Amino acid sequence: MVSGALGVAIAAFGLSRRGPFAILSTLAGGALIARGATGHCPLNEVAGVTEEDKDAAPWNRSVRVKGTVTITKPRQEVYAFWRKLENLPRFMRHLESVVETDAKRSDWRAAAPAGRQVGWTAEITEEAIDEKIAWRSLEGSDVPNEGSVTFEDAPGGRGTIVRVELSYSPPLGVIGATFAKLFGEEPKGQIADDLRRLRAILEAGEVPTTDGQPSDILRKTKRQLGSAPGAALIGKVLEKKATVQ
Amino acid sequence: MKAVCWNGKYDVRTETVPDPKILNPRDAIVKVTTTAICGSDLHLYDGIIPTMVPGDILGHEFMGEIVEIGPEVKNLKPGDRVVVPFTISCGSCFFCDKGLTSLCDNSNPNAAMTAKVYGDAPAGLFGYSHMMGGYDGGQAEYARVPYADFGPIKVPDGLADEQVVFLTDIFPTGYMAAENAEIEEGDTVAVWGCGPVGQFAIRSAFMFGAARVIAIDREPSRMAMAQTAPGDVVLVDFEKENVVEKLLDITGGRGPDKCIDCVGTEAFGHGPGIMLDYVKQQLRIESDRPNVLRQAMQACRKGGNISIPGVYGGILDALNFGAAWNKGLKFAMGQTNMHKYLEPLMQRVQDGEIDPSFVITHRGTLEDAPDLYATFRNKKSECIKCIMQPGKTFSA
Repeated sequence: MVSGALGVAIAAFGLSRRGPFAILSTLAGGALIARGATGHCPLNEVAGVTEEDKDAAPWNRSVRVKGTVTITKPRQEVYAFWRKLENLPRFMRHLESVVETDAKRSDWRAAAPAGRQVGWTAEITEEAIDEKIAWRSLEGSDVPNEGSVTFEDAPGGRGTIVRVELSYSPPLGVIGATFAKLFGEEPKGQIADDLRRLRAILEAGEVPTTDGQPSDILRKTKRQLGSAPGAALIGKVLEKKATVQ
Repeated sequence: MKAVCWNGKYDVRTETVPDPKILNPRDAIVKVTTTAICGSDLHLYDGIIPTMVPGDILGHEFMGEIVEIGPEVKNLKPGDRVVVPFTISCGSCFFCDKGLTSLCDNSNPNAAMTAKVYGDAPAGLFGYSHMMGGYDGGQAEYARVPYADFGPIKVPDGLADEQVVFLTDIFPTGYMAAENAEIEEGDTVAVWGCGPVGQFAIRSAFMFGAARVIAIDREPSRMAMAQTAPGDVVLVDFEKENVVEKLLDITGGRGPDKCIDCVGTEAFGHGPGIMLDYVKQQLRIESDRPNVLRQAMQACRKGGNISIPGVYGGILDALNFGAAWNKGLKFAMGQTNMHKYLEPLMQRVQDGEIDPSFVITHRGTLEDAPDLYATFRNKKSECIKCIMQPGKTFSA
């Protein structure tokens, strides 16, 4: 039902606009309408929802995501960067910090939707140097989770293929994941994005960004001011001020 | 600072915005001395490129003086005069290593969004939608240039802005179009569109050894400019002629050896095919109007090449793919791999082989942007190419 309604909304969005996105969102909307009608969700397979999960009650389901990226750097270098867990927040946007407390354990802090913060302690459960790292959170975590990352040589000496699998139980089970999707923090897209940033750091030495460029600053300022009385005027003053800096 | 901002379809304004800052170690800030409006900016102006947001700063053709550099930029210093390529490229990924810098893996912060539509994302571009990175452009007093240690090229002394500013895009784009067409000595090359890229494609075709260029347009001033190219140029007016029949006639029934589509997604024309495109675009069930591509596929000689520098964004209808397959055509397309062409083409300018300033018809300041966009869009007053020079005054 939710799919059906969302489908109608997205299709309507598509039909109300032009350009390739319009066509694609119209099609995507159509697919969701079909899903609402049939109950079959092709996206479940894409998003990596497992068979066991499907049998579980919705509030007990975990979210599983997979992602992969090819990085034009030697496997040892990619592995070493990842193994230094303190590096993870540099490319995993929702992580705020990871602190290694001993050879196996680390404390993680992450941003959750709606400005909340969650934390957990993770333990490395498997480690094969230059090949694989697996970890899982310990009892008492805000977000119980586990994951693994593998590193393999790309054929023909063309760098390293990194494959990540994560599964976690959002605070409110699948409802949490649904909310995350609504707020644009869909887990699968997030891991793809994170892996692109990892590649950028290792290959180009920095993460590409437009945060803080002129149009961005102006938009954020305007958004903060919102529709408060006199906001337009204050916005104008700020624009003027910005030019003097 | 002053900047030219997109505010919606046919709504471009010169506004006051904050100055750009260094955001990454490999950034530089350029004080813009000359910037140009590109034909592809008109796709933004016409509102057909998705993911534009009101307030986006336009412009991907700009040059100027380095005023600030990030800590990782070792090859440039404040005061250097540089031309900035319009594609943003890291210089160290798989694609940059192969010279395919317009397909850079690392420069588009919104790559995941673009990958949903195209399977993967090309390089980020200045001022060309959030799908292409959302970078602020260079139609401004100052611009932030990422990967400044890889992209910008210093301008040799003695060359004026007007001579080198088109190395930012349209000269290399026209040149790569000719290279992609794999022109052989003696070829007849058909070029659709005598806008700025078409003008450079025509001249580049002769550099690669074309014996004859057939230039297709309908604007008299553009066709007259095409005819000034150093070589045998035959003109075809697509308003007056059936283009495919005419091309077959001129080439003695064989068809042009190589075809270059410098028009892209917003072709004009007449006939049932394009009329259906107009209707479908209005109904939003087709995104592009591939009329030129249809003509090229029909006219191109067997075993010929079709090179496509013109921009396409989405889904095309009613392409006779069977014609392409059965005639064994080769296609090459995509954004320009700028970094490969900057130095050799700068050399050609320096050697006096070509003076790219010939395309300029209109000059102004940033404040003139709304007028210049409208003039360029409507091809008023024989407009072919507009440049803007912040801070300069123009008597006209």
